[in-house]
Amino acid sequence: MSVLVVVECADGEVKKSSLEVASYGAEVAAMLGTTATAIAVGEATEANLATLGEQGITKVLYDAEPRLKDFVNNAYTKLIATAAEQEQAKVIVLANSNIGAAVGSRLSVRLKASLATNVVELPKVNGDQFVVRRGAFSGKAFSDVVLSGDRKIIAVKKNSTEAKHEAGKSAEVTSFSAQLADADFADAPTQVVMQEQTGGVLLPEAELVVSGGRGMKGPENWSLIEDLAKALGAATACSKPVSDVDWRPHHEHVGQTGITVSPNLYIACGISGAIQHLAGVNSSKVIVVINKDPEAPFFKAADYGIVGDVFDVLPKLTAAVKELG
Amino acid sequence: MKFLVCISNVPDTTTKITFTPDNKEFNKAGVQFVINPWDEYALTRAIELKEAAGGTVTVLNVGEADTEPNIRKALAIGADDAIRVNAAPKDAFFVAEQIAAVAKEGAYDVILMGKESIDYNGFQVHGMVGEMLSIPTVAPAMKLDLSGNTATLEREIEGGKEIVTVNTPFVASCQQPMCEPRIPNMRGIMTARTKPLKVIEPVGEAPRTEVTEFMLPPKKQGVKLIPAETAGDLIKLLRNEAKVI
Ligand SMILES: Cc1cc2nc3c(=O)[nH]c(=O)nc-3n(C[C@H](O)[C@H](O)[C@H](O)COP(=O)(O)OP(=O)(O)OC[C@H]3O[C@@H](n4cnc5c(N)ncnc54)[C@H](O)[C@@H]3O)c2cc1C
Ligand SMILES: Nc1ncnc2c1ncn2[C@@H]1O[C@H](COP(=O)(O)O)[C@@H](O)[C@H]1O
Repeated sequence: MSVLVVVECADGEVKKSSLEVASYGAEVAAMLGTTATAIAVGEATEANLATLGEQGITKVLYDAEPRLKDFVNNAYTKLIATAAEQEQAKVIVLANSNIGAAVGSRLSVRLKASLATNVVELPKVNGDQFVVRRGAFSGKAFSDVVLSGDRKIIAVKKNSTEAKHEAGKSAEVTSFSAQLADADFADAPTQVVMQEQTGGVLLPEAELVVSGGRGMKGPENWSLIEDLAKALGAATACSKPVSDVDWRPHHEHVGQTGITVSPNLYIACGISGAIQHLAGVNSSKVIVVINKDPEAPFFKAADYGIVGDVFDVLPKLTAAVKELG
Repeated sequence: MKFLVCISNVPDTTTKITFTPDNKEFNKAGVQFVINPWDEYALTRAIELKEAAGGTVTVLNVGEADTEPNIRKALAIGADDAIRVNAAPKDAFFVAEQIAAVAKEGAYDVILMGKESIDYNGFQVHGMVGEMLSIPTVAPAMKLDLSGNTATLEREIEGGKEIVTVNTPFVASCQQPMCEPRIPNMRGIMTARTKPLKVIEPVGEAPRTEVTEFMLPPKKQGVKLIPAETAGDLIKLLRNEAKVI
């Protein structure tokens, strides 16, 4: 018996959210008195996979089949299911990403497992009882969920648990084959298009986010947001009306009907703080609000606030970050 | 082409979330329920594709009788008929079993859902249904075009998108900017009253998960205001006090 952790890699490196998942899986394994094995997907190098030992992983399985470099739902499901059978995994942990959550739901049917997505902390294990806490109602609440049955699948929300680093520990990397056939790749993408990211920081994985709303007045003013984001090493985001009128791309829209983020720092510039917007950001650890209206509802959800004009305040913040060095 | 659109019935997005005194259930008192906003993309796109190439659009909800106003609303927007599986949606697995059974029975070609249901935020049902029927699921899809039996979709991935081509039957979960969700017009509302709404009983196994307790996030301490004139001080506070940069 073991815990199986699904590790996503891109450009040879393990994604940050997967480092969190690896640590999470290793801790669950410790609770259950077993070890954690990882199955790596995407483009990985053996040297990078070995460093998963620092997160507490003992063994890493890797199938070098080139068509597994991009996400293919059927093929990934079969790959992970095969690894789960081989390792007799009772618990499978993945990232609550567009890959992890999509595979997790298929796997749960195939492996007859109970599934929880959007999980925000380590499980509470009490004899046979296995309880996880997950986000619900779009960040407006949490729920404790009992996962019944012999097998469990947990998709862990990004940036909600911390990746541990025990320097010097290394995992054993083993080649693995799920004997995938052409038919398993029937839903393979024909093309993959990546966007430009501000400063190379991906919004769903970002620890720091600078976000703009209608108060920014127009797309031509976004350099103020981008300058601060670049200085901080942050990703950029926006409110829904901003992406609805194409000032910014749709993948930057956060909120109840956009993406949910939980960075360490969320800086909201010229955003009123409507309940649908808050739903997507209120699990951020620290929230800063800059708004010229002292009555803006966002201030009630903020840790720090500046009542002022974004066109005046943002350059001052960027300069102050640069001064810090 | 036979389209099946699955809709969930969720609290309006402005709802302040509260629970029953034992914290075991969502408190429905005084809450306005709407069609899950993501499902509106699925519904509208199905209607657009039907208008372009012919076919029928059936809406499906797993829910008790109180969801019927929103099922009628979907009919008013332009679906042809509706099915309600008469059961509280206990968990994603249970819901997926109901949808898979209906999809199989009716031999639907295109099964559309929303990205996720904004009450339980599962992002689960579409993958489960695809697996139960052994057909592909493309989730979350930002674009969907059909040419004969072949669909071309754009699937959102972290930091980009993939172009995926699949043949019918398939499942897709929809999100913006797929289409501009429609609202019912007067004629739609009138005709919706007489469109067929079939109620069937649930099938399948017991749910695999159970909520034992709901809770609200901890309250914020209150905002610390920094004067705009000395805005730069904020950065020092973020480093030295909040320790986030
Ligand atoms: C079903 C549904 C789903 C929704 N989902 C989402 C969602 O996912 N995400 C989302 O963001 N919204 C969502 N909304 C929309 C939401 O209700 C709000 O309309 C939206 O968040 C407002 O965006 P905003 O704050 O950018 O704009 P506004 O509400 O117009 O606020 C602009 C703010 O900028 C301030 N301002 C103006 N000029 C300046 C200046 N020079 N300096 C400083 N401050 C200034 C103003 O005081 C104001 O507070 C949804 C709505 C519905 C109905
Ligand atoms: N009770 C339900 N009845 C019909 N469809 C549902 C129901 N619950 C969820 N769905 C569909 O499944 C999608 C994903 O839901 P979920 O996996 O619960 O986040 C939703 O957007 C709906 O299209």
